[in-house]
Amino acid sequence: MSEGHSTYTPKTGIGRWFDARMPLPRLVYDSFVAYPVPRNLNYAWTFGGILSIMLAAQILTGIVLAMHYAADSTLAFDSVEKIMRDVNSGWLLRYLHSNGASFFFVAVYIHIFRGLYYGSYKAPRELLWILGCIIYLLMMATGFMGYVLPWGQMSFWGATVITGFFSAIPLVGDWIQQLLLGGFAVDTPTLNRFFSLHYLLPFMIAGVVVLHIWALHVVGQSNPTGIEVKSKTDIVAFTPYATIKDAFGMIVFLFVFAYFVFYLPNFLGHPDNYTVADPLKTPAHIVPEWYFLPFYAILRAITFNIGPINSKLGGVLAMFGSIAMLFLVPWLDTSKVRSAVYRPWYKLFFWLFVIDAVLLGWLGSQPAEGSYVFMAQMATLFYFAFFLVALPVLGLIETPRRLPNSITEAVLEKNKGGGGGHPASATAAPETKG
Amino acid sequence: MIPKSGDRFSDKIMLETTTARQRISRGFGMKKILTSLALLGLVLAGNGAATTGAIAQEEAHNEAAPTHFPIHKPKEMDWSFAGPFGTYDKAQLQRGLKVYKEVCAACHSMKLVAFRTLEDLGYSEAQVKALAAEYTINDGPNDAGDMFDRPGIPSDHFPAPFPNEQAAAAANGGAAPPDMSLLAKARGVERGFPRFVFDIFTQYAQGGPDYIHSLLTGYDEQPPEGMEIPEGTHYNPYFMAGVSLKMPNPLSDDQVTYDDGSPQTVDQYSRDVSAFLMWAAEPHLEDRKKTGFRVLVFLLLFGALVYLTKRKVWAGVAH
Repeated sequence: MSEGHSTYTPKTGIGRWFDARMPLPRLVYDSFVAYPVPRNLNYAWTFGGILSIMLAAQILTGIVLAMHYAADSTLAFDSVEKIMRDVNSGWLLRYLHSNGASFFFVAVYIHIFRGLYYGSYKAPRELLWILGCIIYLLMMATGFMGYVLPWGQMSFWGATVITGFFSAIPLVGDWIQQLLLGGFAVDTPTLNRFFSLHYLLPFMIAGVVVLHIWALHVVGQSNPTGIEVKSKTDIVAFTPYATIKDAFGMIVFLFVFAYFVFYLPNFLGHPDNYTVADPLKTPAHIVPEWYFLPFYAILRAITFNIGPINSKLGGVLAMFGSIAMLFLVPWLDTSKVRSAVYRPWYKLFFWLFVIDAVLLGWLGSQPAEGSYVFMAQMATLFYFAFFLVALPVLGLIETPRRLPNSITEAVLEKNKGGGGGHPASATAAPETKG
Repeated sequence: MIPKSGDRFSDKIMLETTTARQRISRGFGMKKILTSLALLGLVLAGNGAATTGAIAQEEAHNEAAPTHFPIHKPKEMDWSFAGPFGTYDKAQLQRGLKVYKEVCAACHSMKLVAFRTLEDLGYSEAQVKALAAEYTINDGPNDAGDMFDRPGIPSDHFPAPFPNEQAAAAANGGAAPPDMSLLAKARGVERGFPRFVFDIFTQYAQGGPDYIHSLLTGYDEQPPEGMEIPEGTHYNPYFMAGVSLKMPNPLSDDQVTYDDGSPQTVDQYSRDVSAFLMWAAEPHLEDRKKTGFRVLVFLLLFGALVYLTKRKVWAGVAH
């Protein structure tokens, strides 16, 4: 954790030599071995580690794919097919990378929802939360640009639609759009800059991840009770306790990931992306990747003009606003209690919000016509109401359940009530074990 | 070492619960409002879903002017390459190649597939060489600067039937026949909810070949009365982009001669060529599934060991 508490003692001569000059081993030891974590973290807390693994895997597979890829509108599609057919294990690298993007988002969504459920964004973790939101934004930009690179029909038309949003911005919109495209339409210059940025952004993500982990190690992890750590009985050492639990969570996650990579590698993609981009043929339904669908639904839900704001700009504002909500969460939530475990009403609204987000995702995949539009408008209304009404108001009017006095008390209560296995060892101090 | 209640934090909580209790009478009314708000959202969503259903039903009744395609969902066939242990049936792929060469190749290119990869279908190196040599490849320029024709070699790809896309479009009523290299992955009828959820567990990934097979066997059906079929197009209820398509029925019984005694029917031709196109689109499918099984078994065993270790590590710590 913070300086001054280090318990690291180098055992070898080389270790002491290093420690006196550049205490990197000490930093690693303090951050990943001695670092104290609450003893009651559940498996929802393993997704931070899972996300690190996914980022590393995406960068590794991506670097090798980039060796075989050609960012030119006449070559891109065929170069990807060459990877799939002729490069040794190229099919594996490419399926790992394309499905890896999806599972990166699966993990990040669980990670974000976990934060929302347990109030992990509340003081003193606001900055930690905002750094996470920045990572999420960078991921979205990276994912979007990566999807353009194979130069299939959905790549091309998705890029056309999404860069078209920017033209809705008054005065500078057209200029921004042309800057993004490198011209007036999606073409080789677009592909070149997207490839360059797609290679750059993951390293920026890695940089913000370092800040995210730094901020985390200053304030410490939150936990399912939302009660801060108060004594030594509340915590265990990161290694072996969190390491082994994280490892198990990762393996389960990788199992599901591998199932998709090897048995359903195209399930999360769109068949149209196996047809080379054709600027003269518009696909029947242009849909973005699944992880953008809720925002796409919000974009299309604004079908009406609001005063001087036309529906197009309104949609774009609503879409960016829906992401901006996340940044404001620490100040929108007025509750003194962190965790939804002790907030019956917030818990209900949280789950309604989850249902709403899934519903928006489904609506984003449907054509914007008939009753789908109305449903999307209602779901959008609920989305914003959750942040702007439910979060501030519930904190003021809700009667929270009785909070335990400490993490240790919560754990002992749970083990007593649930007939949890080891009553004798439960009271033993964790420091004496392992 | 349980901290005694009475420290500052728990005092604060006690205080909060007391004030909360004082609010209880107000909270009672609030409870009602909140429940109704929550329910309202669900009811609205439910209503929307019901209306959508109604619209769909209404449309289904007007058979002569359908708005959603395909009119019929593709028929789900048994494919040898389906499921976790799926493999290609080499004899079927060879028959499919024959159908492609003798029928489809007249109009459809397959430019991503190299002759050398046909060894996957069970042909020997010599057979592939002979097969490639049947084709004439335009190559060059030579030292004199001229283009020239030569027989194909295994590293060549299937040559396209038309010199360029414009020529292909001009010869086919304005629309170029699609390249077939990836057709089996580039076509797929939307499965809809909840089927796409079940597909995860049944590992359904044969939407492409199912679609191609259904389309090829769907020309026999007659359009419903009153339906207008644009001139120069052919009715097919399995076509996913309209009521009819430019491609006429390409197959008829006994059109291609099979040497292995398989039935020479449109249905059999369609199955064989669909399977062949799946191979053309995904030549490493067998490798992928085999590797996948090993990876999953490894993760299962490794996961079990890590889980047991985790239990041992945490055995003394209530959590």
